[in-house]
Amino acid sequence: MNSTKTIYSICGMCTVRCPIAIEVKDGAIKHIWGNPHLLGGFNLCARGAAGKAFEYDNERPQYPMLRVGQRGSGQWKRVSWQEALDYISTRLDEIKGQYGPQAICLSDRGGPNTDLQKTFIAAIGSPNYFNHHATCSNSVHNAHISVAGYARNAVSYDYKHCKYLVLYGRNMLESLGTAESRNVIDMIGAGGKMIYIDVRYNYTAAKAAKFYIINPATDYALNLALINVIVNEDLYDHEFVQRWVIGLDELRHFVAPYTPQWAQQETGIGSGEITTMAREAAKASPAVIFHPGWMTAWGSNDFYLRRTIYTLNALLGSYEARGGLVINKTPADVGIRLRSLATQVPRPGGERFDGCGTRYKHLGAQWGLGQLLPEAILNETPYPIKAYIAMRHDPLASMPDPEAFKVALDRLALLVCIDVNYSETAWFSDCILPECTFLERTDHVIAQNGLSPRLLLRRQAVKPRFDSRPRWYIFRELAKRMGVGQSFPYDSIEELIAWQLQGTGLTIEDFDHTGCVELTSQPLWFDRRDGLRFNTPSGRLELISSTLEGASVASFIPFDRPEAIPNGLFRLVTSKVAVHTQGRTTSNIAILNELVSENQLWINTGRAMELAIKDGDDVEVSVEGFSGRITARLTDLIHRDVVFMLHGFGDSVAVRSRSFNRGVSDVRLQRGLLRLTVGGNCPLTECLVAVRPI
Amino acid sequence: MSKRFIYQDQDRCIGCLACEIHCKTENDVPVGIRLSRIVPSGPTMIDDVPRMSFVFMGCFHCSEPLCVEACPTGAMIQRQADGIVYVDSDACVGCRECIEACPCSCPQYNEDTGKVTKCDYCKDRIDAGLKPACVTGCTTGALYWTE
Repeated sequence: MNSTKTIYSICGMCTVRCPIAIEVKDGAIKHIWGNPHLLGGFNLCARGAAGKAFEYDNERPQYPMLRVGQRGSGQWKRVSWQEALDYISTRLDEIKGQYGPQAICLSDRGGPNTDLQKTFIAAIGSPNYFNHHATCSNSVHNAHISVAGYARNAVSYDYKHCKYLVLYGRNMLESLGTAESRNVIDMIGAGGKMIYIDVRYNYTAAKAAKFYIINPATDYALNLALINVIVNEDLYDHEFVQRWVIGLDELRHFVAPYTPQWAQQETGIGSGEITTMAREAAKASPAVIFHPGWMTAWGSNDFYLRRTIYTLNALLGSYEARGGLVINKTPADVGIRLRSLATQVPRPGGERFDGCGTRYKHLGAQWGLGQLLPEAILNETPYPIKAYIAMRHDPLASMPDPEAFKVALDRLALLVCIDVNYSETAWFSDCILPECTFLERTDHVIAQNGLSPRLLLRRQAVKPRFDSRPRWYIFRELAKRMGVGQSFPYDSIEELIAWQLQGTGLTIEDFDHTGCVELTSQPLWFDRRDGLRFNTPSGRLELISSTLEGASVASFIPFDRPEAIPNGLFRLVTSKVAVHTQGRTTSNIAILNELVSENQLWINTGRAMELAIKDGDDVEVSVEGFSGRITARLTDLIHRDVVFMLHGFGDSVAVRSRSFNRGVSDVRLQRGLLRLTVGGNCPLTECLVAVRPI
Repeated sequence: MSKRFIYQDQDRCIGCLACEIHCKTENDVPVGIRLSRIVPSGPTMIDDVPRMSFVFMGCFHCSEPLCVEACPTGAMIQRQADGIVYVDSDACVGCRECIEACPCSCPQYNEDTGKVTKCDYCKDRIDAGLKPACVTGCTTGALYWTE
């Protein structure tokens, strides 16, 4: 065989899932580029380009493995797929028989490719699906639900035409997606202003028109003052607000005390600067984006920060405006119905383990509250949880306090991980099922909602290198064995795709030429006067939220000054870098690891000198019960109360030879933070650490 | 100088290192060798904003390349047509004279092959009417293949 071909697909190196063009030569990956039909060029970030190195790396699970030693001991035996699937389904049947289906739970990382696992868990009768958003975007999702009735990702951002972009710690040019970062650079090139607010400098700050180091946990105070100026100076979009916004009078009353002068005391940002920001944003409106954030598991009241960000967008009328927040159009908006397996299965009744929809009426069950799993397992409240399937989700690497999480996981009768990597959780599990990589499997068709909705398909480019299986096979086989095979009515991925596309007039071949099926020839804009739809009870943007009030949650809360940090301690803040946004997927890839192999501890120069720490020194960073050794990096451009490190290091799985034991694990420092807050997020930045020279 | 070169737009570059990974991937460059490299510099405070610059460092493909002069086997070659300097692997004996001669250490020694390797602007791609991999894959479109 001697041939070169291009296969259009969807990247799997991080959760941005960029459209890609895979060059395949002689049956092997030659290069992975961006899909020019969708990205306007072959541009693709470093992680995506390193997909080839990931594919040809051997330090990933190669066959189904059953644990033979203690959990976490690393003692495994190789088994066949038949044996592994029989083992898992038999255990699950036993647990279901003894405790009921709700004793089984399943999590993933969310996103568009969740249909199979959601179908499986619902088909066996359990309501207990959740995803990783407790440590990611629960607060912003739930905030947007309360304001607009939409998840965060029901809108997208028209950066290219934006004139004023405000980012709160959204490190967009490092924790990056290819199209987003390029569009923002285009925006800046066209004269748009990016305002960047964070507790430390980074490469995003380096491109900003204005950069403010804000006092930690005071972004909410800044926003109250911005709203104060916009309302008092009558800068809001009257026509839009009158038509679409409920609660302006209450808002006006509420923000009255929160003047820029007051906010200067709280945030450290000058009152004149705050006033200017409000006026400039208003002048640029509606081509304004106050970005709600991506990973927003910050603080206890993060939910209210996110609500004020959406409030600012509402006041300036940036919803469905060119250069603003665009309401995503779906295939249904153009009369296309893409079939989904999950919608064919009756939704299981009964209370969820985490209380979403019952104890916590305002928090969305589509994301759930993963941080409550340990408590539910240990206390058997509201009922016993005995089995957990982690589908490409690694709570022991991403949830705070993995040691506490582990204690609970060890009480399970069955812990299964389906992954392409040796995740921390997989290493502690009873059975690892290796999934085919994103380059080795075809997934079901997904919709990319937006101004121009389209259908996309991840397609197999090369044969699996190891004894792995695609997810459509894994869940179908488990379902069959558990007597619910009828929920997976297909024998191949091609059959599943044909079933999904029934009635659309489309076939899988329609994806061949560009990797997608465009569903419109023109961008679809709703009419800002009469055509907007919000999924709130009133159909409008609710600053006073009837959903929240019904759940006895306040629509507004006063700003509470963060507690003073006890003498000598620091607040730990984390973020990402362009070569590693998904630590577990990228940190052990040789050519990415070569560029960034461990994290460092950024510390304010003045504070470091007080502690006799010099740049490049090894220091100990610690909390009660855990400490790590890390290299200090001194900078003036970080708040005095903060230390910073990259997330995702301190790998404890020894078979990952390049990332094993490199750097310090941020999550191990985040002890005691498996906590529920009003937005459903863990308050990860409420981690206080001590730093001392070694 | 080569007739064509890579121009970097500092305003667009975000230092994400995608160029380096596209280079390594296209040319199957092992760990330890970086044929192109982004050298971050900064931050420097300019108008109260900490600016970074990210300098793209590849081979300069000099008009009178010292590496070509130093090569005892004729393996280091400058193409007449466009001035691209490249290694003929079959002729390279891995003596590393070129590495010594280059003021920028652009040629690098590949332990796996026992030969020298260097940036050749992805000449096979150029000859096929394409652009170097670093330029093609750059996340933000900050690199230009230019006359």
